[in-house]
Amino acid sequence: MTDQTGVIVAEGTTGPEAAETVGQAQSLTQEAWRELRRNPLFVISLILITVFIVMAIFPSLFTNADPNKAILKLSNSAPSKDAWFGRDLQGYDVLARTVYGARASIIVGIMTTLVTGFLGVLIGTIAAYYGGILDTLVMRLTDIFFAIPFLLGGILFMSTFPNDVNSSYWSVVGKVVLALSILGWPSIARLMRGAVLQVKPNDYVQAARALGASPWRIIRSHILPNAMAPVMVVSMINLGAYIAAEASLSFLGIGLVPPAISWGVAISDSLNLIRTAPWILIFPSIFLSLAVLAFIMLGDAVRDAFDPKGR
Amino acid sequence: MTKYVIRRLLQMIPVVIGSTFLIFAMVFALPGDPLRGKCGERPCPPAFVAEFRAQHNLDDPLFLRYFKYLGDLLHGDLGTTYQGLNILDELQKRYVVTVKLAVIAMLFEALIGVLAGVLAGIRKGKFIDNLVLVTTLVVISIPTFVIGSVSQTVFGVKLHWFPVTVKSNPGWYDLLLPGLVLGSLSLAYAARLTRTNLAENLRADYVRTAVAKGLSRSRVIGVHTLRNSLIPVVTFLGADFGGLLGGAIITERIFNIRGVGGYIFQSIHSRDGTAVVGAVTMLVIVYLLMNLIVDLLYGVLDPRISHD
Repeated sequence: MTDQTGVIVAEGTTGPEAAETVGQAQSLTQEAWRELRRNPLFVISLILITVFIVMAIFPSLFTNADPNKAILKLSNSAPSKDAWFGRDLQGYDVLARTVYGARASIIVGIMTTLVTGFLGVLIGTIAAYYGGILDTLVMRLTDIFFAIPFLLGGILFMSTFPNDVNSSYWSVVGKVVLALSILGWPSIARLMRGAVLQVKPNDYVQAARALGASPWRIIRSHILPNAMAPVMVVSMINLGAYIAAEASLSFLGIGLVPPAISWGVAISDSLNLIRTAPWILIFPSIFLSLAVLAFIMLGDAVRDAFDPKGR
Repeated sequence: MTKYVIRRLLQMIPVVIGSTFLIFAMVFALPGDPLRGKCGERPCPPAFVAEFRAQHNLDDPLFLRYFKYLGDLLHGDLGTTYQGLNILDELQKRYVVTVKLAVIAMLFEALIGVLAGVLAGIRKGKFIDNLVLVTTLVVISIPTFVIGSVSQTVFGVKLHWFPVTVKSNPGWYDLLLPGLVLGSLSLAYAARLTRTNLAENLRADYVRTAVAKGLSRSRVIGVHTLRNSLIPVVTFLGADFGGLLGGAIITERIFNIRGVGGYIFQSIHSRDGTAVVGAVTMLVIVYLLMNLIVDLLYGVLDPRISHD
């Protein structure tokens, strides 16, 4: 198996060139930042992400309606002045449900990215730095995880620890995060291992070692800053993918469950009504897609900016 | 070459053992009683319970159960479901369907994806490039189950172009729409991957040499550049084939296809551990074999890569 399988989604990544270009009139970071500010995709995705994060923290800024107020009399009613996005089967306001649903998706996305990032960077760095039997073991372990289809693993995990109506919000969200993290860390670990292996033979790392720096110090101040770029980019792109994965699990009925409000749950409930009340499907889908899109575009833009070959 | 293949096959063994054990342990931990509701309204008679549990090794500890399972697996015996059906027979029936579905998705990805990627890559920054980039982004950002349900409603229910749901013994045409839906996400990735690599390789020295030699544009792009740019794409598609088999769960559910994904999902629900592990074991083996084939293909695409 090649190391490429882990990074493949990222369409090639930025190498640790940052180290080589320091000392020129303008550092790569400065140049990349200037490039980024002029990239409309970067600006748009940043605005979208900000909006979604604000929406996740303060949903009441975006709607006055109560997402838990069901008016059965108005079940499946079309968008109107009263309820801009219409009402669903239970008579819930779709706008309110969609706005409040941002929280679950954003939390799952960010938490999963943090957990996979932490585990992946830790395990990948240790494997690459110490090498030998440890490295072999970690690589075989990632092979094992890669061989299990992502969705299947998620389904099995969620079925092993099922939710019911009485499960608290955080335990439900936590389980989804845990399921996605367990399956997601190997790709980050491989990516990190590759990056560290590229940085390790550099002169400045050898010099630090010759000066008697401790492994922890070498890793922290010499290796990590120069090997983090690919992981950061892929993590941003993955964040979008995790949001989509959470929705897929909810679609299968084993991710988040009501009373948790989430885009995945809303979309999966709406699919039966796709012909009679399409607005119940359309609005949460648009929000979900925009959120996924924003993180992917951000990752793409950052990668292009840090990749001097792409200019 | 032969030595390489044998070494790779041997390396697969620990991966197969590890991943099946992982699945086995998770299935082992599934809550719920497989005997619930099996004897109708009344609880099952104790003699039946005892025999059932002994037959399926339900009272053994995890490791013992796993070793018994592995022993059977080495004899080509995947065991029986709790209903007494032979799992190998069941899987064969379903693999025919899922493989068909995955092949359609794969062809769709390889043909349309690479074509779109080439068109975008050779005109980087032009209209067609932006069109491909925007379209693929849209496809990537919409979840598969939304694409599936909407295309089922539009092309199946409204326009009657394709069957709405798939019958139990489907032909190629029945599986066309589900196959396209299944392949859409990977198609987008394949197109972007082809574009990035092609655009990068077009600036390589050997391409300038080829142009300077006076070769036609189609030969420069089609032979000199594309062949070199396809290695990551082939890697992606190969790894994806295994993913398509397992990831077809959602598509199979929407279009009511009786394939492997649906089988696994249903078996998880009925707490039928042996069936889940058997089906996943097959998926893992297919995935690993595909990876081996991809690595062998590298040598064909780039003769500098040799496996001796």
